Amino acid sequence: MSEQTREYPVGESPELPAPNHQPGAVKWVMENLFSSIPNGIVTILGLAFLYMVIPPFIQWAFIDSVVLGAESRQECNAINPDGACWAFIYRRWDQFVYGFYPADERWRVNISFILVAIIVAIALVERLRAIKGIIWVALALVVACIILIVGFFGLERVPTNKFGGFMLTLIIGLTGIFASLPIGIVLALSRLSTLPIFSIFATIFIEFIRGVPLITLLFIASTLLSYFLPPGTNFDLLVRVLIMVTLFSAAYLAEVIRGGLAAIPRGQYEAADALGLSYWKSMRLVILPQALKISIPGIVSSFIGLFKDTTLVLIIGLLDPLGIGQAAIADVKWIALSNELYVFIAIFFFIFCFSMSRYSLYLERKLHTGH
Amino acid sequence: MSVIDVQEKPPFSLGALWRDKKARAIIMQILAVIGVLLFFGWLVNNTVKNIENLGVSVGFDFLWNTASYDINQTLIDYKATDTHFKAGVVGLLNTLLVAFCGVILATILGFTAGVARLSNNFVLSRLMQVYVEAVRNVPVLLQILLWYGIIIHSFPRVKAAVPLMEGVIVTNRGLFLPQPLPQDGFGWVWIAFFVALIAAYMFRRYAKKVLDATGKQLPVLLASLTLIVVLPVITYYIMGSPLGVSTPELKGFNYVGGFAIKPEFLALWLALSIYTGAFIAEIVRAGILAVSHGQSEAAHALGIRPNLTMRLVVIPQALRVIIPPLISQYLNLTKNSSLAIAIGYMDLVATLGGITLNQSGRALEVMLIILSVYLFISLSISFLMNIYNERVKLVER
Repeated sequence: MSEQTREYPVGESPELPAPNHQPGAVKWVMENLFSSIPNGIVTILGLAFLYMVIPPFIQWAFIDSVVLGAESRQECNAINPDGACWAFIYRRWDQFVYGFYPADERWRVNISFILVAIIVAIALVERLRAIKGIIWVALALVVACIILIVGFFGLERVPTNKFGGFMLTLIIGLTGIFASLPIGIVLALSRLSTLPIFSIFATIFIEFIRGVPLITLLFIASTLLSYFLPPGTNFDLLVRVLIMVTLFSAAYLAEVIRGGLAAIPRGQYEAADALGLSYWKSMRLVILPQALKISIPGIVSSFIGLFKDTTLVLIIGLLDPLGIGQAAIADVKWIALSNELYVFIAIFFFIFCFSMSRYSLYLERKLHTGH
Repeated sequence: MSVIDVQEKPPFSLGALWRDKKARAIIMQILAVIGVLLFFGWLVNNTVKNIENLGVSVGFDFLWNTASYDINQTLIDYKATDTHFKAGVVGLLNTLLVAFCGVILATILGFTAGVARLSNNFVLSRLMQVYVEAVRNVPVLLQILLWYGIIIHSFPRVKAAVPLMEGVIVTNRGLFLPQPLPQDGFGWVWIAFFVALIAAYMFRRYAKKVLDATGKQLPVLLASLTLIVVLPVITYYIMGSPLGVSTPELKGFNYVGGFAIKPEFLALWLALSIYTGAFIAEIVRAGILAVSHGQSEAAHALGIRPNLTMRLVVIPQALRVIIPPLISQYLNLTKNSSLAIAIGYMDLVATLGGITLNQSGRALEVMLIILSVYLFISLSISFLMNIYNERVKLVER
């Protein structure tokens, strides 16, 4: 300290060595991994853990695995008993994607996948603001998808109990996501409404839905709903599930959005009132754009939750990928290949959910207009 | 608008009523009430008609009929000849058991992972990040099935299992542990334990008094731990070690005796804890990051030692941010435990909503019971949560 602050006459300062600053990998390793003895132990334990897990997994999943040329688990074992038997996934691929959708009609599903990809691309590229003009295009595409998949207007009708696999996951997930957002907004607004009746109804609804597990609501949809509807009505199980999933997700979204609405400073509400905007206009033009923006992380994480929860339909007998897989590993040919099955489906969900959460981070940064 | 009202009272018309803000609010609320009542009336009407048509009886009398099914894991005595009601209670206890164990393990995992993610150690923080991201983005049902599959298919068979230690055996039929069997006089050990607890509490109050009066710090933690450990241990030996042990033994096709943890419970417990732990890790991390730097800097400036800074300054403030979402994760865990039905762990939904419903066909009553139980748990916890939030709310000007 005193060495550095000593004063020298002008022009006589000695050539001091560069500060003791050691750049490069060695220094980074010393600072971040071995700065102290406990730290060093933790590093070594962590690396040992990685060494114990990763090489065997790679060996199992890639090097020793069997993809082609096996018709059953026995044949897989004959080729290489230590590796994963991906041949199982390969042989059942069509079922995993389309469920029991008739093979000749699968082009319709493929086209719908493409249409959905276009809708999602539009929604992602054009941000929330520009979506207004495009919403009609998107709606048209959605209608086209429904026509294609279900089969109206001369196309062969495919009953919904033939739907399955990732197609079913996407149908439930996307319908839930798109339908629950507007309902969630309405619920949040009515819960915060100054009109007591609306607020009470919304609160009861939200607390009820959030208080019970989704699986009980799905049970209601599958077994109990026939009690509540006029005698003789019998509407599609998939539609009932879609309604329940949407309501469930809407209740959670409502709470997220309520948080966003509560975070908007009072001045914004007052300014909108002072401009003479009606309630709906002030919400649409002033409050909601800000509230939705700050609730993006919560909204996306509840979308992710909804997407993951689509697997629950397995319990009431719809054939999502897990349902298809459960049936498949009960088959003698592929008996008990549970690790392969679950790893495969886990990767599918991970890709979707992880990209959603990354996109929300990106959107958050992009829409951040504060200081 | 209101200007016109003042100038002259317009003649009564429906349109004017609609343009009046107050009147409109009342009209809309009345309409909403009528709409909702009509909707529920319609539902009830349909239900009554359907019940008449189907000719089923309604009521909770079926709860007293014989259940005649077995439950593989019970906390209280239960036989197949007991009633549906008792089967439901067994199921509820199983739900609470897995929720309780899950909450404990998830908290440990979550706090460890959350703190470790903030560590300077690159390897550790990245490992924890991978854990959190991998687990959060995969459905919990899949994880439950995955763990169950691993236990059933990859754990050693009963015949081939090698004990890890004396009496600890891991098999694909569950985990077998030695079970302590308290004998006569073990009650005294419990009494000693509670006496030690009370003594430790008294000592803590005394230490606080000394600290306030003189500024002297007494070794509270050390003294309490010593008390709580030493006193029961001494009593244990004075009473002549009144504790037998039942170790599991291989008899026929399975282990008998000892304490058995069924694979269904193990899979559900691990999956729920690991899943919820990842969410808790994020909550803990956010909570610690939410405490502003100024707070720890101020503590340093006062000369408070680093570990005391953590304990007295950072953690109390972080907890205020952490606890509300933490409790809601606990609730999620409890609700997710209803997925037990997928692997055959007999919780409330699997006993009452599964077998009882199929046997009796009383869907309406059964679902009503299940919904009320879950609602009761959720609402009472959120009620307590609101009280807590009121108490810890920042007191501002």
